[in-house]
Amino acid sequence: MGAKKASPDLLNSSFSFKSLKLKTKQQELLLRVSILGLVYVLAFIARLFSVLRYESMIHEFDPYFNYRTTLYLTEKGFYEFWNWFDSESWYPLGRIIGGTLYPGLMVTAALIYWTLRFLRFFVHIREVCVLTAPFFASNTTIVAYFFGKEIWDTGAGLVAAALIAICPGYISRSVAGSYDNEAVAIFALLLTFYLFVKAVKTGSLSWALGSAFGYFYMVSAWGGYVFIINLVPLYVLVLLITGRYSMRLYVAYNCMYILGMLLAMQIRFVGFQHVQSGEHMGAMGVFLLMQVFYFLDWVKYQLNDTKLFQTFLRITVTSAILVGGIALGVGTASGYISPWTGRFYSLLDPTYAKDHIPIIASVSEHQPTAWSSFMFDYHILLFLFPAGLYFCFKRLSDATIFIVMYGLTSLYFAGVMVRLILVATPAVCLISAIAVSATVKNLTSLLRTKQKVPQTGSTKGVGSSKSSSKVTLDQSQPFQKNGAIALLVGVFYLLSRYAIHCTWVTSEAYSSPSIVLAARGAHGNRIIFDDYREAYYWLRQNTPTDAKVMSWWDYGYQITAMGNRTVIVDNNTWNNTHIATVGRAMSSYEDEAYDIMRSLDVNYVLVVFGGVTGYSSDDINKFLWMVRIGGGVYPVIKEPDYLVNGEFRVDKGASPKMLNCLMYKLCYYRFGELVTEYGKPTGYDRARGVEIGNKDIKLEHLEEAYTTSNWIVRIYRVKPPTNRL
Amino acid sequence: MMNLSRSVALISLFLLPLLTFSFSVDNPTDRRVLVLLDDLSLKSSHSIFFSTLKSRGFDLDFKLAEDSKLALQRYGQYLYDGLIIFAPSTERFGGSLDSKSIAEFVDSGRDLILSADTSASDLIRGIALECGVDFDEDSSAMVIDHSSFDGDHTLIAADDLVKSHAILGKTKIEAPVLFRGVAHSLNPTNNLVLKVLSASPSAYSANPSSKLSSPPQLTGSAISLVSVMQARNNARVVISGSLQLFSDRLLRSSVQKAGSPNKYEKSGNEQFVTELSKWVFHERGHLKAGSLVHHRVGETDEPAIYRIKDDLEFSVEILEWSGKSWEPYVADDMQVQFYMMSPYVLKTLSTDKKGLFHTSFKVPDVYGVFQFKVEYEKLGYTTLSLSKQIPVRPYRHNEYERFIPTAYPYYGACFTTMAGFFVFSFVYLYHK
Repeated sequence: MGAKKASPDLLNSSFSFKSLKLKTKQQELLLRVSILGLVYVLAFIARLFSVLRYESMIHEFDPYFNYRTTLYLTEKGFYEFWNWFDSESWYPLGRIIGGTLYPGLMVTAALIYWTLRFLRFFVHIREVCVLTAPFFASNTTIVAYFFGKEIWDTGAGLVAAALIAICPGYISRSVAGSYDNEAVAIFALLLTFYLFVKAVKTGSLSWALGSAFGYFYMVSAWGGYVFIINLVPLYVLVLLITGRYSMRLYVAYNCMYILGMLLAMQIRFVGFQHVQSGEHMGAMGVFLLMQVFYFLDWVKYQLNDTKLFQTFLRITVTSAILVGGIALGVGTASGYISPWTGRFYSLLDPTYAKDHIPIIASVSEHQPTAWSSFMFDYHILLFLFPAGLYFCFKRLSDATIFIVMYGLTSLYFAGVMVRLILVATPAVCLISAIAVSATVKNLTSLLRTKQKVPQTGSTKGVGSSKSSSKVTLDQSQPFQKNGAIALLVGVFYLLSRYAIHCTWVTSEAYSSPSIVLAARGAHGNRIIFDDYREAYYWLRQNTPTDAKVMSWWDYGYQITAMGNRTVIVDNNTWNNTHIATVGRAMSSYEDEAYDIMRSLDVNYVLVVFGGVTGYSSDDINKFLWMVRIGGGVYPVIKEPDYLVNGEFRVDKGASPKMLNCLMYKLCYYRFGELVTEYGKPTGYDRARGVEIGNKDIKLEHLEEAYTTSNWIVRIYRVKPPTNRL
Repeated sequence: MMNLSRSVALISLFLLPLLTFSFSVDNPTDRRVLVLLDDLSLKSSHSIFFSTLKSRGFDLDFKLAEDSKLALQRYGQYLYDGLIIFAPSTERFGGSLDSKSIAEFVDSGRDLILSADTSASDLIRGIALECGVDFDEDSSAMVIDHSSFDGDHTLIAADDLVKSHAILGKTKIEAPVLFRGVAHSLNPTNNLVLKVLSASPSAYSANPSSKLSSPPQLTGSAISLVSVMQARNNARVVISGSLQLFSDRLLRSSVQKAGSPNKYEKSGNEQFVTELSKWVFHERGHLKAGSLVHHRVGETDEPAIYRIKDDLEFSVEILEWSGKSWEPYVADDMQVQFYMMSPYVLKTLSTDKKGLFHTSFKVPDVYGVFQFKVEYEKLGYTTLSLSKQIPVRPYRHNEYERFIPTAYPYYGACFTTMAGFFVFSFVYLYHK
């Protein structure tokens, strides 16, 4: 269309020039929109590997709880959900679901579901839950584009969108089926940051309001909001110290903090933490500091006397710090302000959890990050990140200071905990995008000026002074064009390697549902172990509806969601004593454990065992954590009793307590008769590669109820007390 | 067609009383009893005991212990409701019977009277051991008492009876019970078994025909002469160390305890064995509970969930079997627990004398999954262990007070600030 319209105008040269210019702008817009559209689609389909490889199913542990609550929300409505008292978990304590979860994810999925129903798309809620994470990942790319545009330019925005769309660090927690809080939280996090930066840049109340709402959404979705409420004040503090205080900052921060705080209080799980908990006190301190700063500014303006102002400044600052310090001290001493939580401590001090809170340290995603997983999750971004930082420092502004601070702090946290790589990913992508975009732009502009050199000879009128200066520059570096081309090729080679790496990682490592296991058979064929679901469906079909199942807490959510049975402990881990009781039962002798199980009304015991298949994350390998957590509350359980010379073993050399504790008996019951591998003795444990030490296991108070086809899940029935004794 | 169905109905009508004779929850008294003897002459030497049972409506089936056709069940159905083993010397039962199948018989809720004697076989000792009773290991040992005896020092005149109306009836047994046989002791870890007839402190267990070379292992009141065991499923077992205790000779004999001026024309044996057999065959001391009923005060339907601080009413109907019909059970020691890992509420139930026990209380200010628990363990009575699960939830978001009186100053402060801000903005913006 454009070309046809332009052809009659060819007669008029001045007109054609103008229309051509308009056309390039349109083209650029078209290009940008289509690139963004492609990235949007790409981000979505890159996350569908798990659906294609396995099936449309919910992954892992926590997502099953989220799915169960979402189902409840869509069936019973919001108020029932809000007031839900769940008597099926944490028996007999129960759990107030409405007050102990972040409802953002469930409400989001339910809204999508209701919208689709309204539009007459009759989908199942499970499909909505499965695809929520990819959908929000796509939305994140759009936010990343705008954010990149805000801190650098549109080019950086586009690159950022493309990078974040396939970055493994983000994909790891947002593949289809990974229906977890982080799925929407990263979107909310980036949106809040973007709107806040925008608000600081413009000083507009409406952007600050938007940022407050973004913060509200983040608070409703994930506990990681604490990162925002600490990073933003830190950023403001840095701006204050570096003398970049402005009215824009004042408006943006005050509006965002006050409104965000009030909105966040509406979430039951968060409640009054913004005014009562130690983690949120920094934001409040900075808020008060801002007022002092503003006041001082006003006094300075009124006084017009530097000497007088200096004394005034000294008095005000000392008294302000004094008052603040006293308030904080009194608040902490009286217990009004709660001290920092263990999780927060373990972020600042990576060794804290290991010594004090075994339940946090026992989770694999809370472990310090290995350097290889940085390489795995970031690939070339790891090298582009410092380059991007260099560019940011070269062109310092409020916005670039923010992204630098976000990048550096989150990267530190990513080093402390594996799962926090996720939080750092957007920052790393954005900063890397700046590096890529700035480099490519510089290189291409070099190429273009080179091409323009012969043209300038014929048409002298167009910007002759600029081009001539570049011509002289070119002449001083004769191989610049070739160098630029070589560098460009290198950049594109790197980016293509990145794309290949991301696709490979996504398909191989991050698309496993972990509830269905896959292995390669002897002939290279794929073998599927669907034992978990087999066991949970067995529970659902074959046990009384009010049966109580005891298992280690990892499987609690899955048992309630898929087995529909009451569990003693689950992944919420809110009550350490209760978990320790289960840990104690698992690590005691059978008759002691029987008393504990009777006191908890346990009917079935479920253990996960990988000795037949070689599945290594089973209960025997988790067993030392049960001992540690149990021993933390009940000192009768001592870790050295289960070790031999500080070594954990299950073969003949294992300690007698280990060989006769409940967990060992339940895992290895009847295992001594089984030949698992050709050429090995009976009872050869493939997960640990040893022959077990106690092959003759007799159960007194329990009986085997069900063992799945690959022995991964074993369920035992607790017998009633003997009739005559 | 009509005829056929009518005749089927008729036949079933005739069969009905026969069917109801068998052991059931509604009619707990045993009806069909298998009596195992090692000698058929016992039938006549113990005829008084057997005829009292027959007169109370029991259907006795006498079999020799070695009978090769012995069977307790056929096609998975038990043929008998009770079992009397008067075969102390039997080494092996005939047919399919062994100590394991007798233990299973008890575990299915059926009753057993087991009598040993001096030189009791290992089989009998084994069955007793299953029920928490250890007979003296010395097979020739007998209970000897030099102070409480009647004539012969091995004929014990025991009067140390358990004090329980449920087990031994309301009428006191005046005359001592004559006993000649082997001593036993109770397994200390088993709290289901108890002594009904104990030996005096001066008794001991030894071989009367030989001199004592070492101190006797069982002495004094640790010796039990007759014990009972009530299993968790309320099956009842009587274990006696003497077969003669049940014999016509001792039932009819007169008794005079050595050194005591009181002479009784008749020993206490007949009353003792009759009352004990009434207890063991569930003619007495058998309780039945209806379902646990609970609801909020002022309502009648049972809610699915309670809220904290709800007022609720709780009731349970408990009946006692009198041997013929169900009568209301009257007691003042029935308690209910509102239980979650430990009892939060423990209340004694009041009764309306018609079998209904009831109380009302307030749900504690704790949420969780609670249970109503009635655990009734009274000596001689069947154990009642009832529980019903009910969750207790906290307040809903709209069940709190909307306005708290103490907070009125804050509401006032809030609204005056809002008004003040409005006025201030108005003045600031338009006052120039």
